[in-house]
This record gives sequence, structure tokens and C-alpha cells, in this order.
Amino acid sequence: MHFGPHLLLAGLEGLVTSAVLALTALGLSLVFGVMRIVNVAHGEFFMLGAVLAWAISTAISGHPAIGFVAALVIAPLLVGLVAFLAEWLVLRRLNYNPESTIVATIGMLYIIQQLALTFYGPEARPVEPPFSYRILLPWFGYSGYKLSVVAASAILLVITWLVLTRTKIGLIMRATQYDRETAQAFGIPVERVYAGVFAVGAMLAAIAAVLIVPISQAHYLMGQDPLLLSFIVVIIGGLGSLRGTVVAAVLIGLSDGIISMFFSPTLAKIIATLVVAMVLVFRPQGLFGTAPR
Amino acid sequence: MRDASPAKTYALHIGVIVLLFALNFVLPDYHQGLFARIMALAVFAMGYNLLFGYVGLLSLGHAMFFSAGLYGAGLTVYHLGWGVPEAFVAGVVCGALLALVIGLLALRTSGVAFMIVTMMFAQAFYLLILYFAAWTGGDQGLVIQQALRVVSIGGASFDLTDPTVRYMSALALFAIVLFVTLAVVRSRFGRVLVAIRENEERTKMLGYDTVANKLAAVVASGAICAASGAAYALLFGYVGSNFASIQYSILPLLWVLLGGAATTLGPLIGTLFMYYVTDITSGFTSAYLLIVGVALILLVLFAPKGIMGSIRERWLGWLP
Repeated sequence: MHFGPHLLLAGLEGLVTSAVLALTALGLSLVFGVMRIVNVAHGEFFMLGAVLAWAISTAISGHPAIGFVAALVIAPLLVGLVAFLAEWLVLRRLNYNPESTIVATIGMLYIIQQLALTFYGPEARPVEPPFSYRILLPWFGYSGYKLSVVAASAILLVITWLVLTRTKIGLIMRATQYDRETAQAFGIPVERVYAGVFAVGAMLAAIAAVLIVPISQAHYLMGQDPLLLSFIVVIIGGLGSLRGTVVAAVLIGLSDGIISMFFSPTLAKIIATLVVAMVLVFRPQGLFGTAPR
Repeated sequence: MRDASPAKTYALHIGVIVLLFALNFVLPDYHQGLFARIMALAVFAMGYNLLFGYVGLLSLGHAMFFSAGLYGAGLTVYHLGWGVPEAFVAGVVCGALLALVIGLLALRTSGVAFMIVTMMFAQAFYLLILYFAAWTGGDQGLVIQQALRVVSIGGASFDLTDPTVRYMSALALFAIVLFVTLAVVRSRFGRVLVAIRENEERTKMLGYDTVANKLAAVVASGAICAASGAAYALLFGYVGSNFASIQYSILPLLWVLLGGAATTLGPLIGTLFMYYVTDITSGFTSAYLLIVGVALILLVLFAPKGIMGSIRERWLGWLP
């Protein structure tokens, strides 16, 4: 294969990574933006989504599409429930203190990971894609499912954006994000908003995981890379900025795909991590964010 | 206020050291080895406590300082054939230099950003160890042979693989670091650090250079953690990349939280407690991480001051 098609393939792979990453990072960004807490267990919600997707799709017989659709609906709901309970039982009692919540979510990370290892096991297991259509390009065939992941993710991002900017729920969320106490004074049930946002954030990660699991397999340690990459995306994009998150996800996903195809993946990760640390040190509001009030 | 009883304070700390010394002759072989390991790692926790407990800076990247010491000592012995004392110094110097660089960069941020920046740097350090697997052994690690771990001072030679020599070396390092920490927290510098934790703006207004003080604390903390890593490499003869992973940044946080942040003996108590909880429960279950996770959540929910912190609050106000 020549350089051009090679680059196109790397770009397509990068686009798929970007799509899933944008959804996952959006969840993290929402939680940080509204609740001002860093959820270290976010990657584990992603992993939980993938593992549940495997469990649901193997439990349902018949055409793989039926199992997949069932997983796409049920897995995020279950993950949302787990996140809701975690918020209700732990985070609320900590009064959303940034340092205590980090320690508590680290605890959740270990608990979820260990439970997945105990009940699901150390194996990586695949989920069958709902359809296996190949799009034939002049140089190579490309999985139609992968492209549909990009489309699905784009639609979900647009829906989230519409909810945030055009509905009353979005208005309430933005009000809480802007000033918690004033929002409460205006009768907004801040605690319920927080619980909802935490659950929705986890559900976005779970949806992303269900979408990616037919491409990469479900494994109990699969939450680590998405967590780190989501951090990178949220930081580069500016904390709490939806547009910045999406732009950064595309940027990181594409460059990750292209750099890993031509150089060592470890080197790509080292460079990305150091760049992000430097961005955070010298431009804490992110590359696209505005200076904090 | 706490200076009211320096005699009691010193008596307590000397008592702890004497107790640990005596335990060497009482403990069965297995527990003697475990205690040596706990003391070496308690030094790591003390280094972490200096920054987290006293300055109030929560770092999620201290594994890089520990492993800087680990590799600084391990690689000089393994590849360059250095002696044990030189290698130990090399490890500490590596940790201190790394802490200086990281401190200069990371202290430009605060709060959540500080945690994420330290975590990112530690992750980059971890990946660098994997990337240079040809020298570091990557995730397989390197085993340092017994012959390389013999110290000869004067005419006598000490074999660090001998259980008693190993125990006493770990105890010596532990005792030195314990008294250094005690001296630091009772000094003027230590009080400035606590003042920064309580109210940085006010401390600055009173004319203290808070940035320089914080940087000094980061370097001291990094050097102590590196000393622990270097000792670990030399005493137990193994260096591996898992010591640089995020888990080893979380563990000292857990030990310090459990034992009591901003207490001199808390790190030892926390490390000891956690090691034995893990050791005892490993008889019933392999779910080690589950215990760590549950412990972290229960601690932040119900006992944010930890064991020694609660004791100080309830009964012994003079505890340093």
C-alpha cells in the first residue's frame, strides 16, 4: 500500500477512536463542569458498559443485532443506576469536596475493577457486531460498522448539545454549573441535578463502550486507556466546554491513530501525556477554553 | 502549643524504634521479612505525608519519585556495578532532581490541576520505563543478584540478603527518616508548611515565600520517597515497572490516610495495618484491590483523620 491510502486508513481508524473518545470525555466533562469533581472511576463505568454488553448479548440468542440493540439500551441504564447509587451513597455525603471525592472515586475504581475480575474473569471476550457490511474503497475494504459508530456518536453528541442548550433540563444544569448556591435559592433541586448528571456522565461512557466492544473486546482492564485519554481531551478542550471537548477528541483521536501507525504506540502516549501536562501547567484553561472567571 | 511536651514526644518515638528493634529477635521468619518490607515502604509513606499531610498538596504521582530511587539505585548496581552505598546515594539524588523539575512545573498549578499534572508526569515516567525496556527490563523487571548486594565497611562485610541485616538496614533508614521528619515538622520550616496548608494567601501576606517553601517540601518529599525506593531495590533485589504504575501513587495516599495525615507515626501505622489486613485476608480471598477500594471509601466517609489523627483528637493532644 502506498503512503496516501495508508494515511487514509490511519485517519479512518483515528476517526473511530475520536468518536468513542468524544462520548466518553463528554461524560467526564459534564461531571466536572456541573459538579466540579474529578471522577477517576469514569474509565471503570466505560469498562462496566462493555462487560455488561457482552453479558447481555450472549444471554440473548437469535440474530446478533437483537442482542446488540438490547445491550445498547440495557447496559447504559444499569451503569447509570450503579453511578446513581455511588453518588447517593458516597459522593453526596462527602459534600462534593474535590479531594475527598477523588479519593472516593479511586476507591470505586478498585472496587468495580476487582468485581469485574471476580465475576467476569481475566479473559478478553468479543461481542458480535450487529451487521458485517464492508465498504469497498479503491485500495482496501473498510468495516461499515466502524463508520456507523462514528455516525452514532455524532448523533448522540448533537442530541446532548441540543439538550444542554435548548431544553429546560439543560438550562437547570447550566444554572447549577454557573452558581450552585443561587440556583438552589431559585428552587433548583441541586442534589437531584448532581445525581442525574453523575448518572448521565457514566451512561455516556457506557454507550461509548457498547459501541466500541464489537471492534475491540471486553476486558476488565479496558477502562484505563479511556480514562487517561478522556482526561487529556477534557484538559486540552478546556474543562466543561462541550465544543472544546469534541474538537480535542477529534484532534487526539486522529493524531493517536496516525502517530501509532507510523511510530511506537508507547512513544505516542509519552508525547501526548507530556504535552497535556505542559498544557495544564502553562495554559490551565485549555487550548480552547476561556480564562476562568 | 505542642512544644509543651518535647520529652514525651521524644520518649514515644524512641520507644517505637526500640520496640521495632526488639521485634527483630521475637518475630518468626515470615513476619520478620514482612516487617522489613513494611518499614522500607513506611519511609515512602512518610515522604508522601510530608507533602500531603503538612503542606496539603495531594499528589497522584509519587510513584515516580519512589521508582526514580528504585531505578537510580537498581540500574547503577546492575549495569555499572556500583557499590551499595554509592547506588543508594545515586537513587536519592535521582529522586531529588526529578522532584525539583516536577516541582518547578507542577507548583504553577493548584488543587485538582496539581493532582492531574502529577499523575500525568508519573504516567509519562512509567511509559518511559517501558519504552527503554532494553535497560530497565520493562514490565519483567530486573533481579539484582545476591553478590551485588554485599556492603563492605572497613573489614566487615554485610550481606543485605541476610534477614537480620536486611531488617536492621530497613530499621536504620526508618529511624533516620522518622527523626528527620520529626525535626522538620517541629522546625520553623515545618510551621510555615502547615501555615501554607491552612491559608496560603495569609502566609504569603505575612512575608513568606510560599512557592520556595512548597518547592523545598516537594524536593524533600521526593528525596525521602526515592530513599525508600533505593532501599527497596537494594534490600529486596528487584526493580520492576509496576512500582512506577499509578497504583503505587495511590498506595502511599491510602497508607497516610489510614494512619493519619500530618502525624509523624501515622505513615508507619497505616502501612503496617494495610499490609496485615491484606496478608490476613489473602487467606480467604484474592480480591486485594476490593479491600483497598472499600478502605479508601470508608476512610474518606467516616475517618478522614485516620488512626493517629483520631487518637490525637480524642486523647493525646500533644502527639506530633
